[in-house]
Amino acid sequence: MSEPYSSPSSDVMIQFDRVVKKFGDHVVLRELDFSVKPGEFVTLIGPSGSGKTTILRLLMTLETADDGTIQVGGEYLSHMERGGKLVPADERHLRNQRKRIGMVFQQFNLFPNMKVLQNVTEAPVRALGLSKAEAEQRARELLEMVGLSDKIDAHPMQLSGGQQQRVAIARALAMRPQVLLLDEVTSALDPELVAGVLAVLKEIARTTDITFLCVTHEMQFAQDVSDRVMMFDQGQVIEDAPPEQLFTQPAHERTRSFLHAVIDRAV
Amino acid sequence: MNFEWSGVWDAMPTMLDGLLVALAATGIGYVIALVLGLVFAFLRRSDNRWVSMPVGFLVEFIRSTPLLVQLFFFFYVLPLIGISASPLATGAFALGLHYATYTSEVYRSGIDGVPPGQWEAATALNLSTRRTWTNVILPQAIPRVVPALGNYVIAMFKDTPQLLAITVVEMLGGAIAIGSETFRYSEPIAAAGLVYLVVALLMAWVARVVERRYGQVRV
Repeated sequence: MSEPYSSPSSDVMIQFDRVVKKFGDHVVLRELDFSVKPGEFVTLIGPSGSGKTTILRLLMTLETADDGTIQVGGEYLSHMERGGKLVPADERHLRNQRKRIGMVFQQFNLFPNMKVLQNVTEAPVRALGLSKAEAEQRARELLEMVGLSDKIDAHPMQLSGGQQQRVAIARALAMRPQVLLLDEVTSALDPELVAGVLAVLKEIARTTDITFLCVTHEMQFAQDVSDRVMMFDQGQVIEDAPPEQLFTQPAHERTRSFLHAVIDRAV
Repeated sequence: MNFEWSGVWDAMPTMLDGLLVALAATGIGYVIALVLGLVFAFLRRSDNRWVSMPVGFLVEFIRSTPLLVQLFFFFYVLPLIGISASPLATGAFALGLHYATYTSEVYRSGIDGVPPGQWEAATALNLSTRRTWTNVILPQAIPRVVPALGNYVIAMFKDTPQLLAITVVEMLGGAIAIGSETFRYSEPIAAAGLVYLVVALLMAWVARVVERRYGQVRV
């Protein structure tokens, strides 16, 4: 961290500045730079192990970068300024930053010890300080939006994967995030359940101004819903373009061969 | 050798007195083991090595020394540091402390059994560390370990005769007292064994009922 960092600015929602992440000797992200504007829907594609999920996990503060900085909404995510210097953030700073960010996981990660409604109300009550009544009203609206009004009293394990994932989406939205991270949210689903989840996400993307960062292998979905698609390989963004351009006329040979492989597999 | 069943029967009133003592030691000791075991499990997970290492050492130390040694130790050492406790209280404490080292391992395995995704979801939802423990992790970890915790209450009950060493008279102690008066040991000792057997079986049955009721994440 020798050179000065660019100052936080608020016309970008997410800003990565020379972010490095290693697991042991394996470099997952090599001085990664990119930014996402407020309200944008950005999809990350690329081969497995290329670091896409790591980007989301860094943003959710589930991992810590080895170097570089991340800003969300013009504020440092896992650093804070102390006497003109950037130092690693403390838990209080992290909790403040996390307020604005939500995440939907590949494996849903619903709380099995709570019914569906409580899964959605728990965090708004405990972490946002909403009253139980407010949280329940919000949860009912969201569960209706994801088409699960009739499952409010069910336990997560009684639901199909697709239903569980839709509860998880409602649960994330209940926190009113500015940024929503989607980590291969349909990869663990049976094929016939994928469409329902994607339809819900499309609707949310269309009707809210949430900024999305999405990792997916659903190329058709990526093409339909994204403002921008970033092709990711070996810890770097190698191509960054609107979907119509990236999917039809990829500039990079690596992108072309990746899309070939993915689309061949799908057919 | 002649064995008189009437001698077994005659010992029963003494056995019931002793049973109350054994149950008191088990009950108090078990509560200590359940609470202290959870405390040990927490402290061993601490990020602060100045906390986790000493606690880990203490747990291994207690677990690797005999209960009987610990009973004598507390019996003779506690008064020296100004703590006067009855032999029964001292025995229940030693029993509870000894078994807390086992229950802490049980809790640890239960906590480790909660998938990492649950911690991650709790972080993503901005739940505090305390809420994550009380509302997400422990409600999933503890039902997994109810069967193992139930086994320890029976094991503790069967270890109560060791309290005889520090003058706590439970069933075996009562049986030996009868024997020393009548010079017939086999009948009262058989009576003690019989009551231990019946009560241990009852406890196992209760443990199974509790296990069925609480021993899994209800889905």
